[in-house]
Amino acid sequence: MALTLNDADQALLRGELGDGVAFAMRVVTRVAQAMGARDLLDIVGAHIDSCLYHGPSGLDFVRRLAQGGAQVQVPTTLNVSSLDLLHPELYRGDATFAAEARELMQGYESLGCEPTWTCAPYQRMDRPAFGDHVAWAESNAIVFANSVLGARTHRYGDFIDICAALTGRAPAAGLHLDEERRGTVVCELHGVRDALLDSDVLAPVLGYVVGAEAGSQVPVIVGMPPAQPEHRLKALGAAAASSGGVGMFHMVHSTPEAPDLATALHGGKAHRSVVIDIDRLNQARRELSTGVGQPLGAVCLGTPHYSIDEFEILVNLIGGRAAHRDVAVYVNTSRAIWNEVSLRGWARVLTEARVQPVTDTCSYITPVMAPFEGTAMTDSAKWAHYAPGNIGVTVHFASIESCVESAVAGHTVIVDDERWFPQ
Amino acid sequence: MSTLQAEVVVGGVASGPIVVLDEALSFWGGFDSATGAIVDAHHPQVGVNLAGTVVVVRSGRGSSSASSVIAEAARLGTGPCALVMRDADEIIATGAIVADELYGHVLPVLLIDEAAWPALAGAQRASISLDGVIKLD
Repeated sequence: MALTLNDADQALLRGELGDGVAFAMRVVTRVAQAMGARDLLDIVGAHIDSCLYHGPSGLDFVRRLAQGGAQVQVPTTLNVSSLDLLHPELYRGDATFAAEARELMQGYESLGCEPTWTCAPYQRMDRPAFGDHVAWAESNAIVFANSVLGARTHRYGDFIDICAALTGRAPAAGLHLDEERRGTVVCELHGVRDALLDSDVLAPVLGYVVGAEAGSQVPVIVGMPPAQPEHRLKALGAAAASSGGVGMFHMVHSTPEAPDLATALHGGKAHRSVVIDIDRLNQARRELSTGVGQPLGAVCLGTPHYSIDEFEILVNLIGGRAAHRDVAVYVNTSRAIWNEVSLRGWARVLTEARVQPVTDTCSYITPVMAPFEGTAMTDSAKWAHYAPGNIGVTVHFASIESCVESAVAGHTVIVDDERWFPQ
Repeated sequence: MSTLQAEVVVGGVASGPIVVLDEALSFWGGFDSATGAIVDAHHPQVGVNLAGTVVVVRSGRGSSSASSVIAEAARLGTGPCALVMRDADEIIATGAIVADELYGHVLPVLLIDEAAWPALAGAQRASISLDGVIKLD
Protein backbone atom coordinates (compact mmCIF):
# COMPACT_ATOMS: atom_id res chain seq x y z
CA MET A 1 0.00 0.00 0.00
CA ALA A 2 1.82 3.07 -1.24
CA LEU A 3 1.59 6.60 0.10
CA THR A 4 0.40 9.16 -2.44
CA LEU A 5 1.58 12.74 -2.03
CA ASN A 6 -0.20 15.64 -3.71
CA ASP A 7 1.62 18.41 -5.62
CA ALA A 8 1.79 20.69 -2.59
CA ASP A 9 3.25 17.89 -0.42
CA GLN A 10 5.90 17.22 -3.05
CA ALA A 11 6.76 20.91 -3.27
CA LEU A 12 7.42 20.94 0.48
CA LEU A 13 9.59 17.83 0.14
CA ARG A 14 11.60 19.58 -2.59
CA GLY A 15 12.27 22.45 -0.21
CA GLU A 16 10.06 25.21 -1.59
CA LEU A 17 9.45 26.46 1.98
CA GLY A 18 13.06 25.86 3.03
CA ASP A 19 15.24 23.06 4.29
CA GLY A 20 13.60 22.85 7.71
CA VAL A 21 10.12 22.30 6.26
CA ALA A 22 11.52 19.78 3.77
CA PHE A 23 13.05 17.85 6.68
CA ALA A 24 9.68 18.01 8.50
CA MET A 25 7.85 16.73 5.42
CA ARG A 26 10.30 13.84 5.11
CA VAL A 27 9.55 12.83 8.71
CA VAL A 28 5.78 13.13 8.09
CA THR A 29 5.99 10.91 4.99
CA ARG A 30 8.15 8.29 6.72
CA VAL A 31 5.83 8.13 9.72
CA ALA A 32 2.83 7.96 7.35
CA GLN A 33 4.47 5.00 5.60
CA ALA A 34 5.17 3.32 8.94
CA MET A 35 1.46 3.76 9.78
CA GLY A 36 0.37 2.34 6.43
CA ALA A 37 -1.32 5.59 5.35
CA ARG A 38 -2.30 6.06 1.69
CA ASP A 39 -2.61 9.85 1.90
CA LEU A 40 -1.96 12.81 4.13
CA LEU A 41 -4.75 15.06 5.38
CA ASP A 42 -4.99 18.73 6.39
CA ILE A 43 -4.93 19.57 10.08
CA VAL A 44 -6.38 22.67 11.77
CA GLY A 45 -4.13 22.71 14.84
CA ALA A 46 -1.27 21.03 16.66
CA HIS A 47 -0.05 20.49 20.21
CA ILE A 48 3.68 19.91 20.67
CA ASP A 49 5.25 17.64 23.29
CA SER A 50 8.78 17.91 21.84
CA CYS A 51 9.47 21.07 23.91
CA LEU A 52 10.15 18.99 27.04
CA TYR A 53 13.92 18.52 27.30
CA HIS A 54 15.35 14.99 27.26
CA GLY A 55 18.88 15.73 26.06
CA PRO A 56 20.90 17.26 23.21
CA SER A 57 19.09 15.29 20.50
CA GLY A 58 16.07 17.55 21.11
CA LEU A 59 18.18 20.62 20.41
CA ASP A 60 19.75 19.01 17.33
CA PHE A 61 16.23 18.35 16.05
CA VAL A 62 14.76 21.82 16.61
CA ARG A 63 17.84 23.48 15.09
CA ARG A 64 17.44 21.29 12.02
CA LEU A 65 13.78 22.35 11.70
CA ALA A 66 14.56 26.05 12.11
CA GLN A 67 16.73 26.10 8.97
CA GLY A 68 15.26 28.36 6.33
CA GLY A 69 12.95 30.26 8.68
CA ALA A 70 10.32 27.50 9.08
CA GLN A 71 7.04 28.58 10.72
CA VAL A 72 4.05 26.53 11.79
CA GLN A 73 1.19 26.45 9.27
CA VAL A 74 -1.60 26.03 11.86
CA PRO A 75 -2.27 27.38 15.40
CA THR A 76 0.07 25.38 17.62
CA THR A 77 0.24 25.10 21.41
CA LEU A 78 3.20 23.92 23.49
CA ASN A 79 3.17 21.22 26.16
CA VAL A 80 4.83 21.41 29.57
CA SER A 81 8.54 22.17 29.51
CA SER A 82 11.27 21.27 31.99
CA LEU A 83 11.17 24.70 33.64
CA ASP A 84 8.68 26.81 35.60
CA LEU A 85 9.34 30.24 34.16
CA LEU A 86 6.95 31.94 36.61
CA HIS A 87 8.51 30.32 39.70
CA PRO A 88 12.18 29.83 38.71
CA GLU A 89 13.27 29.79 42.35
CA LEU A 90 11.74 26.31 42.72
CA TYR A 91 14.26 24.68 40.35
CA ARG A 92 16.81 22.47 42.12
CA GLY A 93 18.41 20.80 39.11
CA ASP A 94 21.57 21.21 37.11
CA ALA A 95 22.19 24.69 35.63
CA THR A 96 23.49 23.37 32.31
CA PHE A 97 20.42 21.19 31.89
CA ALA A 98 18.21 24.21 32.65
CA ALA A 99 20.01 26.36 30.08
CA GLU A 100 19.60 23.68 27.42
CA ALA A 101 15.95 23.18 28.38
CA ARG A 102 15.38 26.94 28.02
CA GLU A 103 17.06 26.92 24.62
CA LEU A 104 14.73 24.13 23.51
CA MET A 105 11.70 26.14 24.65
CA GLN A 106 12.93 29.20 22.74
CA GLY A 107 13.55 27.03 19.70
CA TYR A 108 9.89 26.01 19.57
CA GLU A 109 8.70 29.58 20.18
CA SER A 110 10.87 30.69 17.23
CA LEU A 111 8.93 28.27 14.99
CA GLY A 112 5.73 30.22 15.77
CA CYS A 113 4.26 28.01 18.50
CA GLU A 114 2.28 29.68 21.32
CA PRO A 115 4.13 29.54 24.67
CA THR A 116 1.23 27.91 26.51
CA TRP A 117 3.40 25.38 28.42
CA THR A 118 0.57 23.09 29.42
CA CYS A 119 -0.31 19.41 29.10
CA ALA A 120 -4.01 20.40 29.14
CA PRO A 121 -4.40 22.64 26.05
CA TYR A 122 -8.08 21.67 26.03
CA GLN A 123 -8.67 23.76 29.17
CA ARG A 124 -8.89 26.88 27.03
CA MET A 125 -11.63 28.64 25.11
CA ASP A 126 -10.31 27.87 21.62
CA ARG A 127 -10.21 24.12 21.48
CA PRO A 128 -10.80 21.91 18.46
CA ALA A 129 -14.39 21.24 17.44
CA PHE A 130 -16.06 17.87 17.00
CA GLY A 131 -14.66 16.22 13.87
CA ASP A 132 -11.66 18.56 13.48
CA HIS A 133 -8.40 16.88 12.46
CA VAL A 134 -5.45 17.95 14.61
CA ALA A 135 -1.97 16.60 15.39
CA TRP A 136 -1.65 16.44 19.14
CA ALA A 137 1.09 14.86 21.18
CA GLU A 138 1.06 14.38 24.99
CA SER A 139 -0.79 11.22 25.84
CA ASN A 140 -3.46 12.74 28.10
CA ALA A 141 -4.19 15.52 25.60
CA ILE A 142 -4.52 13.00 22.77
CA VAL A 143 -7.02 10.89 24.67
CA PHE A 144 -9.00 13.98 25.75
CA ALA A 145 -9.15 15.40 22.21
CA ASN A 146 -10.40 12.15 20.73
CA SER A 147 -12.66 10.96 23.53
CA VAL A 148 -14.15 14.09 25.10
CA LEU A 149 -13.98 16.67 22.30
CA GLY A 150 -14.59 14.27 19.41
CA ALA A 151 -11.69 15.90 17.56
CA ARG A 152 -9.41 13.53 15.64
CA THR A 153 -5.74 12.95 16.31
CA HIS A 154 -3.65 9.85 16.19
CA ARG A 155 -1.34 9.01 19.11
CA TYR A 156 1.49 11.26 18.03
CA GLY A 157 4.84 11.26 19.73
CA ASP A 158 7.50 13.92 19.89
CA PHE A 159 8.97 15.14 16.55
CA ILE A 160 6.02 14.18 14.34
CA ASP A 161 3.88 16.71 16.25
CA ILE A 162 5.95 19.71 15.15
CA CYS A 163 6.59 18.23 11.69
CA ALA A 164 2.81 18.08 11.17
CA ALA A 165 2.48 21.68 12.42
CA LEU A 166 5.18 22.95 10.04
CA THR A 167 3.62 21.22 7.04
CA GLY A 168 -0.06 21.41 8.04
CA ARG A 169 -0.33 17.73 7.15
CA ALA A 170 -0.72 14.46 9.01
CA PRO A 171 -1.04 10.79 8.00
CA ALA A 172 -4.60 9.82 7.03
CA ALA A 173 -4.46 6.81 9.30
CA GLY A 174 -5.10 5.59 12.82
CA LEU A 175 -7.55 7.54 14.96
CA HIS A 176 -8.17 10.06 12.16
CA LEU A 177 -10.27 7.36 10.44
CA ASP A 178 -13.84 6.37 11.35
CA GLU A 179 -13.14 2.65 11.54
CA GLU A 180 -10.21 3.06 13.92
CA ARG A 181 -12.44 4.91 16.39
CA ARG A 182 -14.72 1.93 16.89
CA GLY A 183 -14.81 0.59 20.43
CA THR A 184 -13.27 -2.89 20.63
CA VAL A 185 -12.93 -3.70 24.34
CA VAL A 186 -16.03 -3.36 26.54
CA CYS A 187 -15.14 -2.55 30.17
CA GLU A 188 -18.20 -3.02 32.36
CA LEU A 189 -18.18 -1.64 35.87
CA HIS A 190 -19.95 -3.88 38.40
CA GLY A 191 -20.64 -3.94 42.13
CA VAL A 192 -19.40 -0.44 42.95
CA ARG A 193 -21.08 1.59 45.71
CA ASP A 194 -23.00 4.71 44.71
CA ALA A 195 -20.74 6.79 46.97
CA LEU A 196 -17.76 5.75 44.84
CA LEU A 197 -19.62 6.28 41.57
CA ASP A 198 -20.36 9.82 42.74
CA SER A 199 -16.78 10.68 43.71
CA ASP A 200 -13.79 12.13 41.87
CA VAL A 201 -11.46 9.38 43.12
CA LEU A 202 -13.02 6.63 40.99
CA ALA A 203 -12.05 8.02 37.57
CA PRO A 204 -8.23 7.79 37.83
CA VAL A 205 -8.38 4.28 39.32
CA LEU A 206 -10.89 3.08 36.74
CA GLY A 207 -8.74 4.61 33.99
CA TYR A 208 -5.67 2.80 35.29
CA VAL A 209 -7.53 -0.54 35.08
CA VAL A 210 -9.04 0.27 31.67
CA GLY A 211 -5.60 1.12 30.24
CA ALA A 212 -4.13 -2.14 31.50
CA GLU A 213 -7.05 -4.09 30.01
CA ALA A 214 -7.27 -2.26 26.67
CA GLY A 215 -3.57 -1.83 25.83
CA SER A 216 -3.62 0.15 22.60
CA GLN A 217 -7.22 -0.73 21.68
CA VAL A 218 -10.28 1.52 22.05
CA PRO A 219 -12.17 0.71 25.28
CA VAL A 220 -15.86 1.36 25.87
CA ILE A 221 -16.73 1.99 29.51
CA VAL A 222 -20.20 0.92 30.64
CA GLY A 223 -21.79 1.42 34.05
CA MET A 224 -20.76 4.96 34.96
CA PRO A 225 -23.44 7.57 35.77
CA PRO A 226 -24.27 9.73 32.72
CA ALA A 227 -22.72 13.10 31.82
CA GLN A 228 -19.48 12.76 33.77
CA PRO A 229 -17.74 16.13 34.20
CA GLU A 230 -14.63 16.92 32.16
CA HIS A 231 -12.19 16.79 35.07
CA ARG A 232 -13.10 13.15 35.70
CA LEU A 233 -12.87 12.22 32.03
CA LYS A 234 -9.47 13.94 31.98
CA ALA A 235 -8.23 11.96 34.99
CA LEU A 236 -9.54 8.71 33.54
CA GLY A 237 -7.92 9.25 30.14
CA ALA A 238 -4.59 10.30 31.63
CA ALA A 239 -4.50 7.14 33.74
CA ALA A 240 -5.49 4.88 30.83
CA ALA A 241 -2.72 6.41 28.70
CA SER A 242 -0.20 5.70 31.50
CA SER A 243 -1.00 2.05 32.22
CA GLY A 244 -1.75 1.37 28.54
CA GLY A 245 -1.38 2.95 25.14
CA VAL A 246 -4.97 4.18 24.98
CA GLY A 247 -5.48 7.03 22.48
CA MET A 248 -9.26 7.12 22.73
CA PHE A 249 -12.00 5.74 24.98
CA HIS A 250 -15.75 5.82 24.88
CA MET A 251 -17.86 6.20 28.00
CA VAL A 252 -21.50 5.41 27.34
CA HIS A 253 -23.73 8.44 28.08
CA SER A 254 -20.72 10.72 28.67
CA THR A 255 -18.52 10.97 25.57
CA PRO A 256 -19.85 12.35 22.27
CA GLU A 257 -19.34 9.24 20.12
CA ALA A 258 -21.00 6.96 22.69
CA PRO A 259 -24.68 7.88 23.15
CA ASP A 260 -25.17 4.13 23.65
CA LEU A 261 -23.09 0.96 23.55
CA ALA A 262 -24.11 -0.07 20.03
CA THR A 263 -23.06 3.31 18.61
CA ALA A 264 -19.70 3.15 20.39
CA LEU A 265 -19.17 -0.30 18.82
CA HIS A 266 -20.21 1.10 15.39
CA GLY A 267 -22.92 -1.55 15.29
CA GLY A 268 -20.34 -4.34 15.46
CA LYS A 269 -19.13 -6.72 18.11
CA ALA A 270 -16.42 -6.07 20.66
CA HIS A 271 -13.26 -8.17 20.45
CA ARG A 272 -13.40 -8.65 24.19
CA SER A 273 -15.52 -7.80 27.23
CA VAL A 274 -14.19 -7.49 30.74
CA VAL A 275 -15.93 -6.93 34.03
CA ILE A 276 -14.24 -4.45 36.38
CA ASP A 277 -15.35 -5.07 39.96
CA ILE A 278 -14.40 -3.49 43.26
CA ASP A 279 -11.63 -6.07 43.86
CA ARG A 280 -9.94 -5.15 40.59
CA LEU A 281 -10.22 -1.44 41.44
CA ASN A 282 -8.75 -1.98 44.89
CA GLN A 283 -5.90 -4.00 43.36
CA ALA A 284 -5.11 -1.04 41.08
CA ARG A 285 -5.19 1.32 44.06
CA ARG A 286 -2.60 -0.87 45.77
CA GLU A 287 -0.42 -0.94 42.63
CA LEU A 288 -0.45 2.85 42.52
CA SER A 289 0.50 3.24 46.18
CA THR A 290 4.12 2.28 46.88
CA GLY A 291 4.41 4.35 50.07
CA VAL A 292 1.42 3.41 52.23
CA GLY A 293 2.33 3.47 55.93
CA GLN A 294 5.27 5.84 55.50
CA PRO A 295 5.16 9.30 57.07
CA LEU A 296 3.68 12.02 54.87
CA GLY A 297 6.22 14.42 53.35
CA ALA A 298 4.43 16.08 50.44
CA VAL A 299 1.13 16.35 48.59
CA CYS A 300 1.18 16.72 44.79
CA LEU A 301 -1.93 17.73 42.85
CA GLY A 302 -2.56 18.77 39.26
CA THR A 303 -1.40 16.00 36.92
CA PRO A 304 -2.65 16.69 34.28
CA HIS A 305 -2.68 20.44 34.95
CA TYR A 306 -5.51 21.51 37.24
CA SER A 307 -8.57 23.15 35.69
CA ILE A 308 -10.68 25.97 37.12
CA ASP A 309 -13.25 23.40 38.30
CA GLU A 310 -10.57 21.45 40.15
CA PHE A 311 -9.24 24.63 41.81
CA GLU A 312 -12.78 25.41 42.96
CA ILE A 313 -13.04 21.94 44.53
CA LEU A 314 -9.63 22.40 46.19
CA VAL A 315 -10.40 25.86 47.57
CA ASN A 316 -13.71 24.64 48.98
CA LEU A 317 -12.12 21.59 50.61
CA ILE A 318 -9.38 23.71 52.21
CA GLY A 319 -12.10 25.97 53.64
CA GLY A 320 -9.79 28.68 54.96
CA ARG A 321 -7.39 26.30 56.73
CA ALA A 322 -3.68 25.92 55.93
CA ALA A 323 -1.35 23.03 55.25
CA HIS A 324 0.77 21.75 58.14
CA ARG A 325 4.37 23.05 58.22
CA ASP A 326 5.82 19.54 57.82
CA VAL A 327 4.00 18.84 54.54
CA ALA A 328 4.86 20.62 51.28
CA VAL A 329 1.83 20.98 48.99
CA TYR A 330 2.21 21.52 45.24
CA VAL A 331 -0.41 22.05 42.57
CA ASN A 332 0.54 21.99 38.88
CA THR A 333 -1.36 24.10 36.38
CA SER A 334 -0.96 26.23 33.28
CA ARG A 335 -0.08 29.91 33.41
CA ALA A 336 -3.43 30.66 31.72
CA ILE A 337 -5.46 28.83 34.38
CA TRP A 338 -3.28 30.26 37.18
CA ASN A 339 -4.02 33.73 35.84
CA GLU A 340 -7.74 33.01 36.08
CA VAL A 341 -7.25 31.56 39.57
CA SER A 342 -5.59 34.84 40.53
CA LEU A 343 -8.39 36.92 39.03
CA ARG A 344 -10.92 34.97 41.09
CA GLY A 345 -8.98 35.75 44.27
CA TRP A 346 -8.10 32.10 44.87
CA ALA A 347 -4.34 32.53 44.40
CA ARG A 348 -4.21 34.53 47.64
CA VAL A 349 -6.35 31.94 49.43
CA LEU A 350 -4.06 29.13 48.24
CA THR A 351 -0.87 31.01 49.14
CA GLU A 352 -2.23 31.61 52.65
CA ALA A 353 -3.01 27.89 52.80
CA ARG A 354 0.70 27.19 52.03
CA VAL A 355 -0.12 25.64 48.65
CA GLN A 356 2.74 26.15 46.15
CA PRO A 357 1.69 26.59 42.52
CA VAL A 358 3.88 25.02 39.83
CA THR A 359 3.24 26.37 36.33
CA ASP A 360 4.65 25.61 32.86
CA THR A 361 5.92 22.21 34.02
CA CYS A 362 4.97 19.41 36.40
CA SER A 363 6.31 18.29 39.77
CA TYR A 364 7.24 14.80 38.50
CA ILE A 365 9.25 15.70 35.40
CA THR A 366 11.71 18.23 36.77
CA PRO A 367 13.33 18.79 40.20
CA VAL A 368 11.11 21.42 41.80
CA MET A 369 10.05 19.66 45.00
CA ALA A 370 12.07 20.39 48.15
CA PRO A 371 13.63 17.22 49.61
CA PHE A 372 11.34 15.52 52.12
CA GLU A 373 11.18 12.46 54.34
CA GLY A 374 8.52 9.83 53.72
CA THR A 375 5.98 9.51 50.96
CA ALA A 376 4.15 11.88 48.58
CA MET A 377 0.36 11.74 48.44
CA THR A 378 -1.45 12.47 45.17
CA ASP A 379 -4.93 12.31 43.69
CA SER A 380 -3.46 11.56 40.24
CA ALA A 381 -2.98 8.02 38.95
CA LYS A 382 -0.65 9.41 36.28
CA TRP A 383 1.57 11.09 38.87
CA ALA A 384 1.48 7.93 41.01
CA HIS A 385 2.50 5.84 38.00
CA TYR A 386 5.46 7.93 36.81
CA ALA A 387 6.85 9.72 39.89
CA PRO A 388 8.67 6.69 41.41
CA GLY A 389 10.70 6.12 38.20
CA ASN A 390 11.17 9.80 37.35
CA ILE A 391 12.03 11.44 40.65
CA GLY A 392 12.61 8.48 42.98
CA VAL A 393 9.78 8.99 45.46
CA THR A 394 7.24 6.62 46.96
CA VAL A 395 3.58 7.46 46.48
CA HIS A 396 0.32 7.17 48.36
CA PHE A 397 -2.56 7.51 45.90
CA ALA A 398 -5.69 8.89 47.59
CA SER A 399 -8.78 11.02 46.99
CA ILE A 400 -8.57 14.81 46.86
CA GLU A 401 -10.50 14.88 50.14
CA SER A 402 -7.84 12.69 51.79
CA CYS A 403 -5.04 14.75 50.22
CA VAL A 404 -6.42 17.97 51.70
CA GLU A 405 -7.16 16.53 55.16
CA SER A 406 -3.70 14.92 55.29
CA ALA A 407 -1.99 18.15 54.23
CA VAL A 408 -3.80 20.08 56.96
CA ALA A 409 -3.20 17.45 59.65
CA GLY A 410 0.46 16.87 58.75
CA HIS A 411 -0.01 13.11 58.60
CA THR A 412 -2.01 10.61 56.56
CA VAL A 413 -5.77 10.98 57.01
CA ILE A 414 -8.00 8.79 54.83
CA VAL A 415 -11.52 10.11 54.33
CA ASP A 416 -14.52 8.00 53.33
CA ASP A 417 -12.54 4.80 52.74
CA GLU A 418 -15.78 2.77 53.02
CA ARG A 419 -16.50 3.92 49.46
CA TRP A 420 -14.05 1.21 48.42
CA PHE A 421 -15.86 -1.61 50.24
CA PRO A 422 -17.87 -4.16 48.24
CA GLN A 423 -21.42 -3.12 47.48
CA MET B 1 18.65 -21.81 14.14
CA SER B 2 15.19 -20.79 12.97
CA THR B 3 13.86 -17.83 11.04
CA LEU B 4 10.75 -15.65 11.26
CA GLN B 5 9.30 -13.22 8.77
CA ALA B 6 8.27 -9.95 10.40
CA GLU B 7 6.43 -6.95 9.01
CA VAL B 8 8.80 -4.03 8.57
CA VAL B 9 7.75 -0.72 10.19
CA VAL B 10 11.18 0.90 10.10
CA GLY B 11 13.70 -1.09 8.06
CA GLY B 12 17.29 -1.81 8.95
CA VAL B 13 19.95 -4.41 9.73
CA ALA B 14 20.81 -5.29 13.33
CA SER B 15 21.81 -8.17 15.57
CA GLY B 16 22.12 -8.68 19.30
CA PRO B 17 21.02 -10.65 22.33
CA ILE B 18 17.24 -10.91 22.77
CA VAL B 19 15.46 -9.41 25.76
CA VAL B 20 11.78 -10.41 25.91
CA LEU B 21 9.77 -8.00 28.05
CA ASP B 22 6.90 -9.54 29.99
CA GLU B 23 4.94 -6.27 30.08
CA ALA B 24 4.54 -3.20 27.90
CA LEU B 25 7.17 -0.51 28.42
CA SER B 26 6.95 3.26 28.16
CA PHE B 27 10.41 4.45 27.15
CA TRP B 28 9.68 7.79 28.81
CA GLY B 29 9.45 7.32 32.54
CA GLY B 30 10.27 3.65 32.17
CA PHE B 31 13.75 3.68 30.62
CA ASP B 32 16.81 5.77 31.45
CA SER B 33 18.58 6.94 28.28
CA ALA B 34 21.71 7.76 30.30
CA THR B 35 22.24 4.13 31.35
CA GLY B 36 20.01 1.98 29.12
CA ALA B 37 18.23 0.47 32.13
CA ILE B 38 14.50 -0.06 32.74
CA VAL B 39 13.53 2.25 35.63
CA ASP B 40 9.74 1.78 35.72
CA ALA B 41 9.10 0.76 39.33
CA HIS B 42 5.89 -0.99 38.20
CA HIS B 43 7.66 -3.08 35.51
CA PRO B 44 8.57 -6.70 36.39
CA GLN B 45 11.97 -6.30 34.67
CA VAL B 46 13.00 -3.06 36.37
CA GLY B 47 16.81 -2.84 36.38
CA VAL B 48 17.36 -4.85 33.15
CA ASN B 49 19.70 -3.08 30.71
CA LEU B 50 18.49 -2.83 27.11
CA ALA B 51 21.60 -1.31 25.47
CA GLY B 52 22.48 -3.15 22.25
CA THR B 53 19.71 -5.72 22.63
CA VAL B 54 16.88 -6.82 20.37
CA VAL B 55 13.93 -5.86 22.55
CA VAL B 56 10.82 -8.00 22.08
CA VAL B 57 7.75 -6.36 23.60
CA ARG B 58 4.06 -6.69 22.87
CA SER B 59 3.23 -2.98 23.00
CA GLY B 60 4.29 0.47 24.09
CA ARG B 61 2.49 2.56 26.65
CA GLY B 62 1.05 6.01 26.44
CA SER B 63 3.73 8.62 26.71
CA SER B 64 4.42 10.76 23.66
CA SER B 65 7.91 11.51 24.99
CA ALA B 66 9.02 7.96 24.17
CA SER B 67 10.04 9.22 20.70
CA SER B 68 12.48 11.69 22.26
CA VAL B 69 13.90 9.15 24.69
CA ILE B 70 14.53 6.67 21.85
CA ALA B 71 16.31 9.32 19.79
CA GLU B 72 18.40 10.42 22.77
CA ALA B 73 19.32 6.80 23.57
CA ALA B 74 20.33 6.35 19.92
CA ARG B 75 22.59 9.43 20.18
CA LEU B 76 24.18 8.06 23.35
CA GLY B 77 24.38 4.43 22.17
CA THR B 78 22.40 3.22 25.19
CA GLY B 79 19.25 2.08 23.36
CA PRO B 80 18.13 -1.24 21.90
CA CYS B 81 19.60 -2.22 18.51
CA ALA B 82 16.15 -3.33 17.29
CA LEU B 83 12.55 -3.46 18.49
CA VAL B 84 10.26 -6.38 17.71
CA MET B 85 6.65 -5.69 18.68
CA ARG B 86 3.24 -7.30 18.36
CA ASP B 87 1.17 -4.10 18.36
CA ALA B 88 2.13 -1.20 16.10
CA ASP B 89 3.31 1.83 18.06
CA GLU B 90 3.95 4.93 15.97
CA ILE B 91 5.43 6.80 18.92
CA ILE B 92 8.28 4.30 19.04
CA ALA B 93 8.57 4.19 15.24
CA THR B 94 8.82 8.00 15.12
CA GLY B 95 11.79 7.92 17.51
CA ALA B 96 13.54 5.40 15.26
CA ILE B 97 12.82 7.44 12.10
CA VAL B 98 14.17 10.66 13.64
CA ALA B 99 17.28 8.87 14.97
CA ASP B 100 17.96 7.89 11.37
CA GLU B 101 17.21 11.33 9.89
CA LEU B 102 19.31 13.20 12.47
CA TYR B 103 22.20 10.84 13.09
CA GLY B 104 22.00 8.10 10.45
CA HIS B 105 21.40 5.73 13.39
CA VAL B 106 19.56 2.64 12.16
CA LEU B 107 17.04 1.17 14.62
CA PRO B 108 14.80 -1.42 12.93
CA VAL B 109 11.23 -1.67 14.23
CA LEU B 110 9.36 -4.84 13.25
CA LEU B 111 5.94 -6.37 13.91
CA ILE B 112 5.31 -10.05 14.59
CA ASP B 113 2.22 -12.10 15.37
CA GLU B 114 1.55 -13.46 18.84
CA ALA B 115 2.16 -16.93 17.34
CA ALA B 116 5.86 -16.11 16.91
CA TRP B 117 6.26 -15.31 20.60
CA PRO B 118 7.45 -18.73 21.86
CA ALA B 119 10.22 -18.90 19.24
CA LEU B 120 11.47 -15.45 20.21
CA ALA B 121 11.20 -16.18 23.91
CA GLY B 122 13.21 -19.39 23.48
CA ALA B 123 16.09 -17.82 21.51
CA GLN B 124 19.27 -16.16 22.78
CA ARG B 125 20.20 -13.91 19.85
CA ALA B 126 18.50 -12.42 16.81
CA SER B 127 19.83 -11.10 13.50
CA ILE B 128 17.52 -8.85 11.51
CA SER B 129 17.73 -8.19 7.78
CA LEU B 130 16.44 -5.24 5.78
CA ASP B 131 13.42 -7.21 4.51
CA GLY B 132 12.29 -8.17 8.02
CA VAL B 133 13.67 -11.71 8.27
CA ILE B 134 14.66 -12.51 11.85
CA LYS B 135 17.26 -15.26 12.29
CA LEU B 136 17.20 -16.77 15.77
CA ASP B 137 19.78 -18.78 17.64
